[in-house]
Amino acid sequence: MVGAEGMTRMLWLQGASCGGCTMSILESGASGWFDELRQSGIDLVWHPSVSEETGEEAAELLEAIRDGRERLDLLVLEGSVARGPNLSGRFNMLAGTNRSIYHWLLDLAPLADYVVAVGSCAAYGGIPAAGINPTDAVGLQFEGSDVGGALGAGFRSKRGLPVINVAGCAPHPGWIMESLLALTTGDLTADGLDAVGRPAFIANHLAHHGCSRNEFYEFKASAEAMSERGCLMEHLGCRATQAVGDCNQRSWNGGGSCTKGGYACIACTSPGFESAQNYLQTAKLAGIPVGLPTDMPKAWFVALAALSKSATPRRVRVNATADHVVVPPSRSGDKRSS
Amino acid sequence: MTRITVGPFNRVEGDLEVRLDIESGRVARAEVTAPLYRGFEQILEGRPPLDALVIAPRICGICSVSQSIAAASALRQAMGVVPAQNGVLATNIAHAAENAADHLTHFYIFFMPDFAREAYAAHPWHGAAAERFTATKGSAAREALPARARLLEIMGLIAGKWPHSLAFQPGGTTRAIELGERIRLNAIAGSFRGFLERVVFADTLENVLALSTPSELDRWRDGRAGDFAHFLRLADALALADLGKGPGLLMSFGAYHDADGANFRAGLRASDGTISALPSDLITEDVSHAWMRETSRDPAASRSVPDADKADAYSWCKAPRLAGEPVEVGAIARQAVDGQPLITALLASDGSNVRNRVIARLIETARLALSIEGWIKALRLSEPFCETSGEMTDGRFVGLVEAARGSLGHWLAVGGGRIERYQIIAPTSWNFSPRDSDGVAGPLEQSLVGTEVGDAGARAVSIQHVVRSFDPCMVCTAH
Repeated sequence: MVGAEGMTRMLWLQGASCGGCTMSILESGASGWFDELRQSGIDLVWHPSVSEETGEEAAELLEAIRDGRERLDLLVLEGSVARGPNLSGRFNMLAGTNRSIYHWLLDLAPLADYVVAVGSCAAYGGIPAAGINPTDAVGLQFEGSDVGGALGAGFRSKRGLPVINVAGCAPHPGWIMESLLALTTGDLTADGLDAVGRPAFIANHLAHHGCSRNEFYEFKASAEAMSERGCLMEHLGCRATQAVGDCNQRSWNGGGSCTKGGYACIACTSPGFESAQNYLQTAKLAGIPVGLPTDMPKAWFVALAALSKSATPRRVRVNATADHVVVPPSRSGDKRSS
Repeated sequence: MTRITVGPFNRVEGDLEVRLDIESGRVARAEVTAPLYRGFEQILEGRPPLDALVIAPRICGICSVSQSIAAASALRQAMGVVPAQNGVLATNIAHAAENAADHLTHFYIFFMPDFAREAYAAHPWHGAAAERFTATKGSAAREALPARARLLEIMGLIAGKWPHSLAFQPGGTTRAIELGERIRLNAIAGSFRGFLERVVFADTLENVLALSTPSELDRWRDGRAGDFAHFLRLADALALADLGKGPGLLMSFGAYHDADGANFRAGLRASDGTISALPSDLITEDVSHAWMRETSRDPAASRSVPDADKADAYSWCKAPRLAGEPVEVGAIARQAVDGQPLITALLASDGSNVRNRVIARLIETARLALSIEGWIKALRLSEPFCETSGEMTDGRFVGLVEAARGSLGHWLAVGGGRIERYQIIAPTSWNFSPRDSDGVAGPLEQSLVGTEVGDAGARAVSIQHVVRSFDPCMVCTAH
């Protein structure tokens, strides 16, 4: 275990947030997140949900960091940056300081070795930026998929990195911890981020990879109503073939995932996911889903889909529109060859 | 008189500012500010109604399932759908798991660390409290956080993930549970009972729930291990029953409906102990001290339009009232309205206060653990979990549920197949309400009056105990 002096000092702030990313990270660690942080060499300098310091004690700590009297290694933001009204930030004041979170972030971000946006709100604006975006909510360095956001396109933290975007609503606790730890070990560099700032070790996968409905997908055997077992892409809005994240290669809450839970991937790791509508219905043009896998010729996809539909085993076809397995796998695999 | 400001008020869900006028070392007047507005009601307007299932839960990361089921409940009326019974039970299991996880988070992470503060270092009990409960360092979190994570594995089976799931639909839940999964649900419920009986209560849940009078509770506590008894001793040492008296009226929308009706009944409890039916049509919201434009007082007809420069306003939270009165909501209200014997007796003895709010949460946690076990058994695995019929209709609909922190309502107006208006009144909107147009203060504002701060001013721990005893969820409050 590293002594307090050698530890990485992390400050976690919440902007226009639901607190869900904190709820997610509190699931991390075999003996709890606090132990995990210590064992990993991270000193949690202050976190609004868990730290002892409150009121003026907390405000003094933030002032000490702002004035350079305390070192800041990792600055984490959860929640969007609400810049409104009129760039005053008054939709989201940091209580007791007479200063908005927006302005606190402008002060603190340049002082940190690394700045991490935890969740799609802090990364891209997220749900608060939906619709008329009542509070002028943006991400730290993106507004949707446009670079800029609260800190601006040119922002680089002290170690020369743009904001690291651990997208997701809420992100898997593993995504958060692994990103933070890869920064502390120096293994996450600018080359390790994708075009919208997401760590590539997460974003190089699609939510579709490892989906337990894979056999239904292969045969385009589709669920038609909620709770059915078939593929959710054709009718029920699933975006997993287009959304990044190793969602189905991890277990969420001990064994789940969105598609295992019986509902569509809504691409919560993507900038702008909040602007979609009718999430649980697939948008179609001439009967063909609009959102097909991005790196495959559409005509090929349609041709292969028609072919695989015509080859669908009865078991797969029947089970696709049932909520329980109706036709089990055939028993031929159990027979001994003589 | 001096005015002090306490903020950022942390170890609550979200951020909070409290301003206090101090006279002779005591709080003479309090103002509570919700410092964050995101505009969910504005974001929902104009969308397809079912989009509320995506948007509304994201109001709150800690009571996401409660927000989901409030939306699903309003949408259920709009679609005229009767949910599958398995879906009702699976929703109850997940909702109760969230409710109980929230109570654990409050007790271990938000509330108890205040007893470990240096301000109490001179007390003989401080060493043990600090060893157990110091924020991020005490031994208790090392047991409580893994127990919470294990309990939330219920979400992995029923809801896909937590927070923010789409499993809770108007017709039920989206994943049909199979036999192996029911066995795993049972195992999780068993782990949860084990944690409660070993670490929290140091006794069986049945014995805890058999306690029905303050004197039985005192006898039970003496010499007992476990964190609940530890709290009870601290509460007596610091006279927490005299701190943070509530306004008197306690309300519950009722929760956990199954074939036998609501497990926790709906109703209103007056300070004299009489319980009456809930007049939910008398719920209003007043914006006189909120940074909001004037609008209808009726949540079925009102809209939310921010006005950051409004004179006399001091919070993004509107002031909900029931028949014109502020009311307290939360576990203590739910258990009181349901007639839980110990909570009823404690309220008769010394009313709603810091000590009794915490006791009510832990008693409710024990009840929820037993209910979860029962609902898992009641699932009929060969039958559907989701009814998928139903067509969206225009009209006005209301979803009234109980979140961990109290009564949660969604008022939905659908017109032309789109959301015309969406209004949300969350539990802490009630408890941390600002003043209304008659100048009547909200429940916390009333509770703080008279609290002794001595020379500590803004750093007085008494203020921390009172505020956190309500377990505020500030992200829900103004949404």
